[in-house]
Amino acid sequence: MNTMDAVPGAAGTAGAAGSQTPDSALWRLASRLCPVTGLRVNRDSELLVRWNAVVGIVFLLVGVVAALLLALTRWQAVHLLEPTWYYRILTLHGLNMLIFFIIFFEMAILYFAGPIVLGSRQPAPKLAWTGFALMLVGALLVDVIVLWGRADVLFTSYVPLKAHPLYYLGIILFAVGALIATLLFFAALVVAKREKSYTGSLPLVSFGALTAAIIAVITLLHGAAIYIPTFLWSMGFMNVDPEVYRLMFWALGHASQQINVAAMVSVWYLMGGLTIGAVVLNEKVSRWAFVLYVLFISMASAHHLLVDPGFGPAWKVWNTSYAMYLAVLASMIHGFTVPAGMETGMRLRGFVKGRFEWLRKAPWSDPGFSGTFLSLVIFGFMGGITGVTQGTEQINIIAHNTLRIPGHFHVTVVGGTALAFMALTYYVIPLIFRRKVAFWGAARWQPYLFAIGIVILSMSMTFAGSFGVPRRSADITFPNAPFTLEFPPVVDLLLAGIGIGGTITSIAVLLFIAIAVKSVFLGEKLDLAKLTPGMSGVPQGVLRLPPQVHQGETAEVVHKTGAPGTIILVFVFLAVFILYYFANWKVLSMIWKIG
Amino acid sequence: MEFHSGIVAPQGVWWRPAGKQEKLWVAIAFAWCMVLFAMMPLWHIRGGQNPSGIRSRVTPEAYLARVFTFVEDYKVSEENGIPLVAPPPGSDVYLLAQMWRWYPALELEEGVSYTLHLSSIDINHGFSLYPANINFQVIPGYDYGLSIKPNKPGEYRIICNEFCGVNHHNMLGRIVVRPSKQVAQALPQVNPVANQETTR
Repeated sequence: MNTMDAVPGAAGTAGAAGSQTPDSALWRLASRLCPVTGLRVNRDSELLVRWNAVVGIVFLLVGVVAALLLALTRWQAVHLLEPTWYYRILTLHGLNMLIFFIIFFEMAILYFAGPIVLGSRQPAPKLAWTGFALMLVGALLVDVIVLWGRADVLFTSYVPLKAHPLYYLGIILFAVGALIATLLFFAALVVAKREKSYTGSLPLVSFGALTAAIIAVITLLHGAAIYIPTFLWSMGFMNVDPEVYRLMFWALGHASQQINVAAMVSVWYLMGGLTIGAVVLNEKVSRWAFVLYVLFISMASAHHLLVDPGFGPAWKVWNTSYAMYLAVLASMIHGFTVPAGMETGMRLRGFVKGRFEWLRKAPWSDPGFSGTFLSLVIFGFMGGITGVTQGTEQINIIAHNTLRIPGHFHVTVVGGTALAFMALTYYVIPLIFRRKVAFWGAARWQPYLFAIGIVILSMSMTFAGSFGVPRRSADITFPNAPFTLEFPPVVDLLLAGIGIGGTITSIAVLLFIAIAVKSVFLGEKLDLAKLTPGMSGVPQGVLRLPPQVHQGETAEVVHKTGAPGTIILVFVFLAVFILYYFANWKVLSMIWKIG
Repeated sequence: MEFHSGIVAPQGVWWRPAGKQEKLWVAIAFAWCMVLFAMMPLWHIRGGQNPSGIRSRVTPEAYLARVFTFVEDYKVSEENGIPLVAPPPGSDVYLLAQMWRWYPALELEEGVSYTLHLSSIDINHGFSLYPANINFQVIPGYDYGLSIKPNKPGEYRIICNEFCGVNHHNMLGRIVVRPSKQVAQALPQVNPVANQETTR
């Protein structure tokens, strides 16, 4: 039913997005109609999704091996790596996880949320593959230079700490490739609209992906603005001011985390719909929340500069708060609308008893659902609260560069984004790769193992950081320092928590990689037209997709009930937030007077 | 009433007013965001811990010269080749970060204000005062002059918490805070031995 590879007019119309209308009948020959979702999947986009996802997972493997080595080094009782290798592997870990894995995966999401969700053809497939190749070459170049020992500069490579010029070149190539893929997503939106492959407005998931793509362009432009001068500086052609570098680097570094946030929230909406038929409560509210991300997100660079000498208090206060916390407001809105949409979807399907029947009866053994929900809880309760608190101008004095910082971002980007992407993968395998999920028994508890590990890791880091334990330190016993310093014994326990939590998380990631690789390359082929109830290796939402549209009397009744369970959840969240936030002010007030 | 999921393209006019619960939550969340925002300026007015400081540019050479003058003027002893410097109350204190040492060691007095200058002459470093957990970024070319007032006597360490090369984890400095003179003067009255010493 699918494919014919070289159909004229379907492929190779590079740069012609919208300038000509290809014979729609012809490109349709190179596509298939998904019997589960009803989406028209074109061959080019499908391959791009597959390869970006597969390569993303390979970089995830590099990153997780590094993670395990690091966790077993910071666990002071084990202390595995020598300092040189600790810093080298730390550099590798940051780049492979935060840049290569995540962005390859996000490119897969863009190819899915654009041409596939909208049922259009893939614009300029050759250009798309060029972008893919640039990203791959760039990433490999960076990894080789790092392992070669010519770029022991950590993820941030703060000038004037210098790496080999090829290191910066690798990142530039990667960024150019990602920029091409992002621009092609915009092209797909234009093509779909012009060729009328869908009617009405963009679905919310595509709209969210669009905001992620816009943020990606902003981010990549900042990246060009700093990595190109730094590349030239590394060859001796110009100077780069260390503080300007930090400002511009974080306009790339932190804003790129907001691509992750926007992409992750889109995945929450997508997976909510696919797994339990979650609905969009109000298109206007959810879209406004995404727009707020775009408007304020690049100000987040300031989070890293709060205790820097280069900026004054007014600049710091205004920027760190994303112009009065309007991007935080956006996340708090999604924090309500996503679970409330899930609750409403479940209520529409008849789970109406009490406040929480919808939650109790949710498909907790479907890794697509459990991963999504755990991601939502971990990101909101832990990542969001710690982030806003530590990103407060003055509170940052008791958090900056301690282990509290990685404690925060491991619950946002790992417990949040990476877990949501894993949940998505459990649906991508049957729907896009058309294979059964291998090791299905293990897949059902993989998200839980991952969540437990990352929560132990992050909480240990956060508490250790509040004792002043530095991040990015190979050895906190200070073996060759002119003075001695001994942390209280509880710190040893917390560092063991980092080792154990990190090990559990790494095992869960390795399990995920094993599942994904086995499914994709050796998995049992799946005919989506012939699914049988209770089939092993196929998530519940794929076996029987919950209704995606509801009308009539039930809808009226559920509309009146609203989401009483979610209301309880969000108020618990707010209470925890307020408590943690003011507890931090209290701790701050007890230290030396500083001004 | 019609409900649909996030992968369905909404048809017609979907620009509808939000439901009651959503409106309530957005209002509460917005109010909370305003509290979050107000806290920062408020702390500048009423709070005692702000990262404002006196910020200026400085060349590594000029900063190094200030540090050497400072050490020469107030040096009291030396430990492991690192001078211990006891500046007078209210003075400017110059601390140098360099791969991989903090120079010099400082002797301060409890309850007294100083202006602590931080700068680096090579790459980024991180000033992290243990166990007070006070953290600042130290950047070459920039002088960060922070008014500080130690509130507890004792031994402190300065951890470098910004990666600065392969020996980063050995970059450890020292600050010792002596009990305040007022307390020291009050002590003799309760301690006859000390009283004898001070009266001699």
